[in-house]
Amino acid sequence: MIENRWMSSRAWFLPLPLLFIMASIIGWPFIRTIWTSFTDARLLAATGEWIGLTNYLNALGNPLVQSALLVTTKFVVYSVSIEFIAGVLAGLLLDQEFRGRTFLRALMILPWALPTVVNATMWRLIYQPDFGALNAMLTQLGMIDSYRSWLGDPQSALWAVCLADAWKNFPLVALICLAALQSVPSELKAAATIDGAGFWKKFRAVYLPFLAGPLTVAVVLRAIEAFKVFDIIWVMTRGGPANSTKSLSIVVYQEAFSFQRAGSGASIALIVALISAVFTAIYVTAMRRQAEVR
Amino acid sequence: MSKTIAATALSAVLAWGIAGTAAHAETTINALFMSQAAYSEQNVRDMTADFMKANPDIKVNLEFVPYEGLRDKTLLSQGAGTGYDVVLFDVIWPAEYAENKVLVDVTDRITPDMKSAIMPGAWTTVDYKDHAYGMPWILDTKYLFYNTEMLKKAGIAAPPKTWDELLSQAKTIKDKGIVEFPIVWSWAQAEAVICDYTMLLASYGGEFLSGDGKPAFQSGGGVQALDYMVKSMEAGLTNPNSKEYLEEDVRRVFSSGQAAFALNWTYMYNLANDPKESKIAGNVGVVPGPGIPGKLEASAVNGSMGLGITAASKHPDEAWKYIVAMTSLDTQSKYAQLSLPIWSGWYDNPKVDKSQEPLIAAAKVGLAAMYPRPTTPKYQELSTALQQAIQSALLKSAAPDAALKDAAAASGL
Repeated sequence: MIENRWMSSRAWFLPLPLLFIMASIIGWPFIRTIWTSFTDARLLAATGEWIGLTNYLNALGNPLVQSALLVTTKFVVYSVSIEFIAGVLAGLLLDQEFRGRTFLRALMILPWALPTVVNATMWRLIYQPDFGALNAMLTQLGMIDSYRSWLGDPQSALWAVCLADAWKNFPLVALICLAALQSVPSELKAAATIDGAGFWKKFRAVYLPFLAGPLTVAVVLRAIEAFKVFDIIWVMTRGGPANSTKSLSIVVYQEAFSFQRAGSGASIALIVALISAVFTAIYVTAMRRQAEVR
Repeated sequence: MSKTIAATALSAVLAWGIAGTAAHAETTINALFMSQAAYSEQNVRDMTADFMKANPDIKVNLEFVPYEGLRDKTLLSQGAGTGYDVVLFDVIWPAEYAENKVLVDVTDRITPDMKSAIMPGAWTTVDYKDHAYGMPWILDTKYLFYNTEMLKKAGIAAPPKTWDELLSQAKTIKDKGIVEFPIVWSWAQAEAVICDYTMLLASYGGEFLSGDGKPAFQSGGGVQALDYMVKSMEAGLTNPNSKEYLEEDVRRVFSSGQAAFALNWTYMYNLANDPKESKIAGNVGVVPGPGIPGKLEASAVNGSMGLGITAASKHPDEAWKYIVAMTSLDTQSKYAQLSLPIWSGWYDNPKVDKSQEPLIAAAKVGLAAMYPRPTTPKYQELSTALQQAIQSALLKSAAPDAALKDAAAASGL
């Protein structure tokens, strides 16, 4: 008993340095940001005046923020959906026995390991409207008549960016999916095959119960990440054409740094954080449910 | 991205630390430059080494960042109260820097001799409200580049001198089937589109801001400029992909022989003539930006950069000494191949390769005609709003005058 109590007080004592560091590098800036968001602080001026909820009301009423929220939501839905579908299919494929499987598994990590800026620059070249690879391929296959400006057309720009993002990130989903599939007992797979179950039936009855939990985690993780998107869009389109790919993070950057309105920038950043927090809550719930299942 | 910048910066600082240990330095100043300015990073290092040799009591630490990081890094290090003594700045920043006390006023340090020997257009790079906030250093403007072979094939004797001529020559070239889209521009949603728009606005006699600092581009020349852009695209004379192009894309399209005309900065001249970088080397012509008869003979946008002393500097005198050395006629003549000097006397007897002569001839007219983008501390907001308006008009989601009216309302001015 005594030992236990000592243990528990020591357990609290041991992470203190870490807690202190976390409080100073995460906690303090976070509190400062919250405080700043209620002021009219400028980037270079020392402090601003308290203006209450004005920044938040302005942000929510700002058509630019509303359109950025829509763009960001579309970005999350499009790119996470593509990643989900491509990831699960790739995971199922790599779970099969075939020659070169290990090589293919290693190869698949490559896009994920690429820095986002490199990936974005590469896709910008692929989409290049005058001599890009995509235009060449699609015209040679007869799918389009003439070269197109994928990133210069508001109808296609966001999709093009989402595809580039999904290409980089689907391996994460695929790997998580593959890890989950490996835990499906082989006798279960064999039994299903012997019973004559087709692909779809096998997928639903045998694989899906093992996949559901990990995939929820993967999708929520990706959604949190995707909601904060800045770099890939900045490199590929800078929010253009005509703001059709301008995400919330780009608006935050412009408010706080380009226009030097630190207070207003902080309020939009916190709105983004709040929405991410909702995703995080889903994530935590999913994790807990998974632990219960185990 | 910021990690790369930090790593590059760190290695630059470390490299200098090692290289500089032998010097018996008394004062150390820190200077922030941009990689891939007209001068190469090595040029700046060489110039600085020469300065330190001549001034053994001053040590200069150099740091290089990409253009995109230059303004943010300058502002944030200022906010932190530490940082640089000398910073490179773009022509569109002095107003903001002056209002926020990032740079110190150096008007009194500039001698009458310097004032008169440097081109008047160059001074607009560093001036705000009749005060100078640094020395002009890299002079740059946009020129009209043309493919001499395509013009010859089309039977065109001389490159265009007016914007209307540009369209009519482009039409001839298109009609003869020489190239599908004869003109290429940098009209992506970025600062690049503002530079092209500025040349047109200046030609049509427009104004960005009225005397009282209110937006004035939404009427007169400002609208005509955007009309011109939209019409050139509707007529199929402008490459429609221009609306996603930055300067480097323009260079690639022009250098691969897919355009007869291109608007771009000085740097494209040497690269488009380099057989390793270009399919049209030797067929590159350059003239000043077109004008409009009776309004403006030739158009040019000021895209220059200057060197200034930060308000946080503890060694402003040493910093100024360094700036004077970097911008001197001696230093600039030595590296004139890469960036043309600010000193008007140099142009009377330029010592450069013969191949540079067409560029120098265009520069003589262009640099004198440089039109400034608006000098306002709220430039970033204005520019962002304008970029979006121009793109909306190009995409036909709004009429030019309506789009510009929206931009005027959203400009924060």
